[in-house]
Amino acid sequence: MPTSPGRSSKPLISHRSRKMTGKARLTVRKSSLCLVIFGTALLMLGAMFFHATYQRQADTPLIGRVAGVVKTLALTDLCLFTEARYTRHPSQADLFSAFQDHPMALEHFPAGSIVGPPATLRKLHDKLD
Amino acid sequence: MTSWIEKQRSILDYTLSSLIRRKGKNISLFIVYTLVVFILASAMFFTEAMKREASLILKGAPEMVVQRLLMGRYDPIPLDYLQKIRGIRGVISADARLWGYYYDPAVGANYTVMAPRNQSIAQGKIIIGKGIARVRMINKGDILSFHAYDGQVRSFTIDGELPAASELVSADLILITEAGFRDLFGFPASHATDIVVSVRNPQELLTIARKISEQLPDTRPIIRDEIVRTYDSVFDWRGGMVIVLIMMALLAFVIFAWEKASGLSAEEKREIGILKAIGWETSDVIAVKTYEGSVVSFFSFAFGILLAYGHVFFSSAFLFAPALKGWSVLYPDFRITPFIDPHQVGILFFLTVVPYTVATIVPSWRAAIVDPDSVMRS
Amino acid sequence: MIRLLNVRKGFNLGRTNEFIAVGGVDLSLEGNRITVLKGPSGSGKTTLLSLIGCMSRPTSGRISLLRNLLGNNGFLKDGDTPEVEVTSLPERFLTEIRRQTFGFIFQQLNLIKGVTVLENILLPAYPLGKKHGVVKKRAEELLDMFGLGDRAAARVEWLSGGEAQRVAIARALMNDPPIIIADEPTAHLDSKLSREFMDIIAHLKGQGKTIIIASHDPLVFEAPVVDRVIAVRDGMIDGAGA
Ligand SMILES: Nc1ncnc2c1ncn2[C@@H]1O[C@H](COP(=O)(O)OP(=O)(O)O)[C@@H](O)[C@H]1O
Ligand SMILES: [Mg+2]
Repeated sequence: MPTSPGRSSKPLISHRSRKMTGKARLTVRKSSLCLVIFGTALLMLGAMFFHATYQRQADTPLIGRVAGVVKTLALTDLCLFTEARYTRHPSQADLFSAFQDHPMALEHFPAGSIVGPPATLRKLHDKLD
Repeated sequence: MTSWIEKQRSILDYTLSSLIRRKGKNISLFIVYTLVVFILASAMFFTEAMKREASLILKGAPEMVVQRLLMGRYDPIPLDYLQKIRGIRGVISADARLWGYYYDPAVGANYTVMAPRNQSIAQGKIIIGKGIARVRMINKGDILSFHAYDGQVRSFTIDGELPAASELVSADLILITEAGFRDLFGFPASHATDIVVSVRNPQELLTIARKISEQLPDTRPIIRDEIVRTYDSVFDWRGGMVIVLIMMALLAFVIFAWEKASGLSAEEKREIGILKAIGWETSDVIAVKTYEGSVVSFFSFAFGILLAYGHVFFSSAFLFAPALKGWSVLYPDFRITPFIDPHQVGILFFLTVVPYTVATIVPSWRAAIVDPDSVMRS
Repeated sequence: MIRLLNVRKGFNLGRTNEFIAVGGVDLSLEGNRITVLKGPSGSGKTTLLSLIGCMSRPTSGRISLLRNLLGNNGFLKDGDTPEVEVTSLPERFLTEIRRQTFGFIFQQLNLIKGVTVLENILLPAYPLGKKHGVVKKRAEELLDMFGLGDRAAARVEWLSGGEAQRVAIARALMNDPPIIIADEPTAHLDSKLSREFMDIIAHLKGQGKTIIIASHDPLVFEAPVVDRVIAVRDGMIDGAGA
C-alpha cells in the first residue's frame, strides 16, 4: 500500500510554506454551534410549555375571582369591544343589530371583523324561537 | 453508530456552510418564515387562550337571561313577568336586572351602567370600573356627573373601583343604586332591563326556556351555553378577517418558499455533481438538502413560536390590540392566561416545517441522481 | 493493476447523433507509475479517465482493478479473485470506489464556491464518518504540505490559479487514495506552475501513488518523471504505448 503523503512534515511547496494560522485551526465546528442552538431552542420551547402550565396554575384563583365578579353582578359578556352595544354585549344583542342580519355580513365597526355572530344566530337551539 | 453520527454531523457542517454562503437569500427566507409562524401562532395562542379564559370566566354568568322583544328589538321587560316565570316548575329564582348604556361625550366612551342586586351601594355613590377611572382620570372620592334623561345633571361620588383583576369583564362598569339608575334614565319602576333565571336542574334548562317562550311569547330566553358559545365564535379566528390576512401571508410565503427552495440553480446542480464525483452517495446529497430545509424551517418555527408566546402572554398581544380595540375608547387592561394547546403547536409544526422541508428535498432528488461524470466536462 | 478489456463507450446510442467516444480499448496500467494519455482534443481522453475512475460505465467491455487497490470496501468478499471486475458493480459500490480508490483532479478543478479551502479539502472525507479531529488534522497537514496553511479559512474563489490547483490536489489526496486521476491539469497554468505541478506529481509517485493524467501539454508528457505515454486518437489507442 502507498504511504501517506500527509504524514511527511516537509512542505512540498517551499516558496510559500506558511503554516495555518491559529485562528483557522481553532474555529468551532458549525454543526456543534447548530446543535447547541437547536438544543437551546428545544429547551426554550419546553420552558414555554412549563411557563404556561405554571402561569395557568398561578392564575387559577384570579380567574376564579373574575368568575366571582361575573356571578355577583350577573354579567354576561366580556368588556372587550365597547364601541357599540352589540359588540359590548354580543350575547345579548338584538337579532337585527348591524352585522347580525346575516351571519356572514361584514360590519361597520372594526370589531366586527373579529366578532362573529352570536351563537343564537348560528345555531338555534331546538324550538325556542 | 458513532461513525453514522460523525457522518451526519459532517454533512450538517457542509449544509451550514452552504446555507451561510447564501446569506442574503436564507436570512430573508428565515425572516419571512418566522414572521408567518409568528402571526399564525400569535392568532392561535390568543384565540385559544381567550376562548378558554372566557369559558372559565363565564361559568359564573346567569343560567338564563330572558329578554323582551318588541317589534323584533330588545325592549324593557315588565316586572310582572317575574311572577309568571317563578311559577314555572323547576325555576328556583327569577330576578330583574337593571343595566344600560351611557355615552360619555367628554371622552367619547360608552359605559355600562348597572344596578347590582347582590352588592349594596350607598345613596349618591357609584363604583366604577378601572377602565373608566383610567380614561376619565378619576379616583375614589371624585365626583362623576351624568346627563340624565331629563337634561339635568346628576352627580355621584365615586365610592371605589372594581378590582383590577376583573377588568376583562368590568372595565366599563358603573355600579349604581337602583333608585339612582331609575332616576338617571327615567326608567319606570314597573320595568327592568331583563330577567335572570336560575333553575333547579341544569338539564331542564332547555325545557324551561321553551316553557318561558310559550307562556311569554314576546320574550327571548338566552341560556348560558349560548353566551359561552358566542365567545367561542368571537375568538374563532378562522371566521374573521384575521384568516383572510393569514391566508394571504401564507400564500405569499408558499410562493416565496417554493421559488427559493425548489429552484435548483445550475450552480447547485453542478455542486451536487461534484459531491457525487468525489464519492458522496445520492443519499448523502439528499441528506444535505434535508438538513437545509429542516434547519431553516425548524429555527423559523421555534423562533416564531417563542416570539408569539412572548407577544401574546407577556405583552398582552399588543399587536392585536388595535384590531381588538377598534374604535373603542375604553379598553380593558388585562394579562392573558397562557392556555396553550400542545396539539395545536404540533399542527402548526407540521403545517410549517414539513411542507418546506419537502419542497427543499424533492427537486434535489432528481438532481442527486445525475451521473457523476457530468462534472468531468463543462 | 488496472486492466481494460475491449472497452467501448458510446453516447446517444440508437439516436441520430450516436457517437462512439471510446472504441474498443485494451489497456493495462501498472501501479506506482505516471501514465499520460496524450491526444488531441476530442480524442476520448476524458471519457477514458471517467471510465477508469468509475464515474461512468462502459457500453461494453470490462474494467478490472487489483483487489488491494479497493481498500476495505464493504462489497468485497474473502473468496474474491485478486482482480475485481468493477464494470458490473452497483452504483453504491462505484461510489465507494470513487471515494477510496481514486483521487480526482478535474480540468475545471470543480472546487465548491463560497466554501472555505479547508472545507473543500474535507469534503471527500465527510461520507466516511471518521472522527472529525482526525480528518481535520489530515486536511491541515495537506494544507501545510501545499503551502496553503494561511489560506485555510479563505473562500476558494479568492485563490490564485496555482493555489486553486493545489487545493484541488489536496482534495484528491484527502482520503489517501492509491490512484490519482488528473484531467488536463496544466490547461490553466503557466509554465512555471505547470512544472511545479509535475514536481508535486513526481513527489506523489515517490510516495507510491499511481498517477494517470490526460493531457496534450508537452510540459506534461515530455516530463522526465513520466513513465509511460499512451497516444489516444479517435477513441482508440495508437500502438502499444511508449
Ligand atoms: N455526454 C456526451 N454526450 C455526447 N458526446 C460526448 C459526451 N461526452 C463526450 N462526448 C464526445 O466524445 C468525444 C470525446 O470527448 P472527450 O473524452 O471529452 O475528449 P478529450 O478529453 O480527449 O478532449 C468528443 O467528441 C465529445 O464530443
Ligand atoms: Mg478532455
